[in-house]
Amino acid sequence: MPDHIAKAFDADLEELTRMVAEMGGLAERAIADSVDALASRDTGLASTVIQRDEAIDDLQRDIEEKAILTIARRQPMAIDLREVIGALRVCNDLERIGDLAKNIAKRVVDITGDLPSPTIIRGLEHMSELVLAQLKQVLDSYATRNLSNALAVWKGDEEIDSLCTSLFRELLTYMAEDPSSISLCIHLMFSAKNIERMGDHATNIAETVHYMVEGRPLTAERPKGDTTTFATVPARG
Amino acid sequence: MDALVQTSRPQQPVVDMSKPKVTARDVNVYYGEKHALKNVSIDIPENAVTAFIGPSGCGKSTFLRCINRMNDTIATARVTGKIEIDGNDIYDRSLDVVQLRARVGMVFQKPNPFPKSVYENVAYGPRIHGLGRNKADLDEIVITSLKRAGLFEEVKDRLQDSGTSLSGGQQQRLCIARAIAVGPEVILMDEPCSALDPIATAKIEELMDELRENFTIVIVTHSMQQAARVSQRTAFFHLGNLVEQGTTEKIFTTPEDRRTQDYITGRFG
Repeated sequence: MPDHIAKAFDADLEELTRMVAEMGGLAERAIADSVDALASRDTGLASTVIQRDEAIDDLQRDIEEKAILTIARRQPMAIDLREVIGALRVCNDLERIGDLAKNIAKRVVDITGDLPSPTIIRGLEHMSELVLAQLKQVLDSYATRNLSNALAVWKGDEEIDSLCTSLFRELLTYMAEDPSSISLCIHLMFSAKNIERMGDHATNIAETVHYMVEGRPLTAERPKGDTTTFATVPARG
Repeated sequence: MDALVQTSRPQQPVVDMSKPKVTARDVNVYYGEKHALKNVSIDIPENAVTAFIGPSGCGKSTFLRCINRMNDTIATARVTGKIEIDGNDIYDRSLDVVQLRARVGMVFQKPNPFPKSVYENVAYGPRIHGLGRNKADLDEIVITSLKRAGLFEEVKDRLQDSGTSLSGGQQQRLCIARAIAVGPEVILMDEPCSALDPIATAKIEELMDELRENFTIVIVTHSMQQAARVSQRTAFFHLGNLVEQGTTEKIFTTPEDRRTQDYITGRFG
């Protein structure tokens, strides 16, 4: 695409994209570190994740300010307008991802007791790896405006959802067997749900990339594997 | 793209395109050797504002001037193709051009009131067209036209002052009142706000929004924001071609043609 006649306009848009990419890097790190901290019960690392979330929040504010200023100053049209709106939306999703990672980190500080089974942590780690891969791919698609990568992410959330559902079932079983593990298992359940939601934000970003490139929203029903609302264990007695 | 991501949603029609007020087919304009307008075909709907946008020299004003045969006044200009208003060919030999211009009014870039009183500026047209049998009728037409142009309250005590003594924005609204006074069906506006300040511009834009209930309005503008604000349909001209036309919403958010996109986003070389 040719440059704008006003070169400073191109610089503004490039700066917005760069800031979103930087924020994306911080969000990826927050996910990896929070799950590492959970797996290794490393409260030091957990505290670092909590502190670093401020930087993500600050970047979101900066992006919003820059976007508003760009709209006021340039009155962007068509693809330019979608770029600015896209940056606003993506930074909102990344901020939420940061908060969810922080929430996991806070739980690491609170958790006491032994894990009921090492497979639970492996399940959570596997989920977070999938989410990280999704987030990486969708941030790449944002940076390169690549529609097919964005659509792959949009369709690829199902596996994360199913993993979350099976973790829920497993945790419910442990809680039913041993009520003293409930406190720990609830923390793990919320952590699993947090990771699953991060995946949802990655698909939101995919939808935003689609909107930026195509100029119309993705409105079809997305394939979903999240059936945690129906996860139950039979009542005893 | 597969069915899973089928995303198109039907767009709500903004205006009724089934019975256009003005239809143009294969209109070409030559100024001597210069081919200024090339095969332009467009339907202009009633009770709506249609905006023509495009870089200088793209043919948008040339086409606008075809709609009330203003190009007839240029000796070297030659127009081919067909333009109809309500299904009647406006280039028909038997047609009275003066009558046509009463049906198709025009407002220009620079306000050009006659060097006469405010009252006379508005009364002149109806009088020569034989509208209004007596002074009372004429008074009525003048007052109604000034009211519809949103100017009456500002000039009601100065009707005998010279039209040229008004401010630029008021003069432009006086020109609109003058155009309305002869009861036109179509109003052509050639960059009506480019000589006005933002407040006067806002007043004219507000006026266009009111006037479109009763008139078919066509506006040529260099301000993309203005086209986006006031019009329901937009046509983009480039190098004498009508490149793209559609709902204003579509043209300014997701234009189909690359040239349209480059122009509205400020990328034109």
